[in-house]
Amino acid sequence: MPEMRMRDALREALREEMLRDETVFLMGEDIGAYGGSYAVTKGLLEEFGEERVKDTPIAESGIVGVGIGAAMAGLRPMVELMTINFSFLALDQIVNSAAKLYHMSNGQINVPMVVRMASGGGSQLAATHSHSLEGLYAHFPGLKVVCPSSPADAKGLLKRAFRDDNTVIFIEHTANYGLKGDVPDDPDFLIEFGQANVLREGSDVTLVGYSGSVHQATRAAVMLQEQEGISAEVIDLRTLRPLDIDTVIRSVQKTNRAVIVEDDWKFGGFAGELSAQIMERAFDWLDAPVARVCGKDVPMPYNRNLEFAALPSEEDVVEAVLAMF
Amino acid sequence: MTATPRLARKAREAEPDIDQLLDFLYQMQLIRRFEERTGEMYTKGKVRGFLHLYTGQEACAVGALATLQPQDKVVTHYRDHGHAIARGMDPNRVMAELFGRQDGVSGGRGGSMHLYDASIGFLGGYAIVAAHLPLAVGLGLAANMKKENFVTLCVFGDGSVGEGEFHEALNLAVLWNTPVVFFCENNLYGMGVSFQESLSTQVTTLAAAYNMPAVSVDGMDVTAVYRETLKAVEHCRAGKGPYFVEAMTYRYRGHSMADPELYRLKDEVEKYRKRDAIDRLKARLMEGGHLDGAGWEAIVERVEKVVEDSIAFADASPNPPIDTLFRYVTKEPGDA
Ligand SMILES: Cc1ncc(C[n+]2csc(CCOP(=O)(O)OP(=O)(O)O)c2C)c(N)n1
Ligand SMILES: [Mg+2]
Repeated sequence: MPEMRMRDALREALREEMLRDETVFLMGEDIGAYGGSYAVTKGLLEEFGEERVKDTPIAESGIVGVGIGAAMAGLRPMVELMTINFSFLALDQIVNSAAKLYHMSNGQINVPMVVRMASGGGSQLAATHSHSLEGLYAHFPGLKVVCPSSPADAKGLLKRAFRDDNTVIFIEHTANYGLKGDVPDDPDFLIEFGQANVLREGSDVTLVGYSGSVHQATRAAVMLQEQEGISAEVIDLRTLRPLDIDTVIRSVQKTNRAVIVEDDWKFGGFAGELSAQIMERAFDWLDAPVARVCGKDVPMPYNRNLEFAALPSEEDVVEAVLAMF
Repeated sequence: MTATPRLARKAREAEPDIDQLLDFLYQMQLIRRFEERTGEMYTKGKVRGFLHLYTGQEACAVGALATLQPQDKVVTHYRDHGHAIARGMDPNRVMAELFGRQDGVSGGRGGSMHLYDASIGFLGGYAIVAAHLPLAVGLGLAANMKKENFVTLCVFGDGSVGEGEFHEALNLAVLWNTPVVFFCENNLYGMGVSFQESLSTQVTTLAAAYNMPAVSVDGMDVTAVYRETLKAVEHCRAGKGPYFVEAMTYRYRGHSMADPELYRLKDEVEKYRKRDAIDRLKARLMEGGHLDGAGWEAIVERVEKVVEDSIAFADASPNPPIDTLFRYVTKEPGDA
């Protein structure tokens, strides 16, 4: 298995899917000549040409709408929205058209489209450019929401996204693009949606994360083991819709404690949803209230120290775990 | 159940012949009566939700839709009954949808504003103003990429021109040379705001600024609508890119059933009623000796039967069973 960075694994997935299925094409701001703002699509214009790798105007709503129309007519577009921060401008198309056409048309029309976007803070880009909105998209029935944490997962999940008959919101944490890992080169390597990954087994507490926060959780698990002798199980959700709640519940029934780690704001966020589901299904197994370690409820500040304080860290996770014992 | 697009049988001629004009008259009358009766069904509580009637604008739907071929696609706004019927959607299933019933074209999940019949390329009524304009460009892009010779007719109201998506879509359509006819039904108002108050220029000036042909036509003259839209469709079909048609029209009823119509005078409505598209075509055909009183009566009777049958059909159709609630949320392998 070759080792590669997540951005390269994503590119491999796009390449393989374009080679496999000629209806797959890519659209987005600066994905062609510029090579993609995070270099995911680098070289694809040269390989596949302008018709299948389309640079677009800066028109998020317009290009997502075009993707929907193309998908309705039998193509499989991938629309790259540069970052999740700009997806607000396309929110109506994603929510009111892509997520609902299948239902409103009574099953006559479906929208097989992949919308990719980079997310997450930590780069001192301040309040307009540091969002984590995975949970927002997971709120809408009709969408699938995928958020990989490793190069191999990124490839397997992105390839799987192109085989889905629905709109898949594929969210990539900017801090993960440079991560290295072994990635299968089998063109049939797919990771099914709705299958959480138990990254580390443990018996005392369950740490749940996805995308970027999986890494804080994992580092916290190491610290807990080494410093406190606490054995933490780490679960990477991989997809928020569909959600593999069963794996989480099984783990909580074993460890009797759960901490959810998420970059997004705590108030009204996905961690709240997960916490409620754990409470509904595993209340009798819990030895402590479910804890949430999330982004602080402020617009993201620019200053490095302030930004660091606003984001969840492994120390925050350790602290939350210790408070449970 | 597969409907057949109307007027699929013969090649489009620049000028409609007498048979076609008689068919236009029939269709306009059908839409007129369908809408009048639908309004009554709303008053009776059979039709609920938002209901936007199309009376006054019939020439737009009938003239424009008659220019299309079976393989062509239609997306339109929420004032969509007229376009659906003119495309050949089964009036029974349209009425059943308005009643929210199982046999409705959208299975009772869409309602008045969201009619779909993919079997005739009718890809929806869209209730978010201007949201379907980019979709039309995507359909056009797919036609180009798949080398399929279909044209997309995209119908919307004058209210769309203030939306960003209007501008994004027109720009993209020209940049990517997509076969899309943008058909703006300018009925002078977006709800209660007159279009002069919401647009700093003329609609066609705006469209032309994106570098596509743009014409304005009398939208209460079905022949004129047909003639200009046909040019637009042929332009698209020849691979020359998008085309913009503005049809000047007027809605007789309020914006929706909830509209107290405080923003316009009765006189204005009367003024436009004098230019009624149905009256004008009827008079023209009678003057030319192609229609007499008995002929008109026959059209009226035929229409009454279709409309009354649609109400009976809708009334007889069951509500969708509650246990189908979760159908069609996502499409999974093995789903019907
Ligand atoms: C994005 C959006 N904003 C507001 C509305 C509420 N709304 C529904 S119809 C309408 C007026 C649209 O007028 P126009 O496009 O001229 O179409 P008409 O009703 O005249 O046929 C408005 C404001 C909406 N549906 N979508
Ligand atoms: Mg209007």
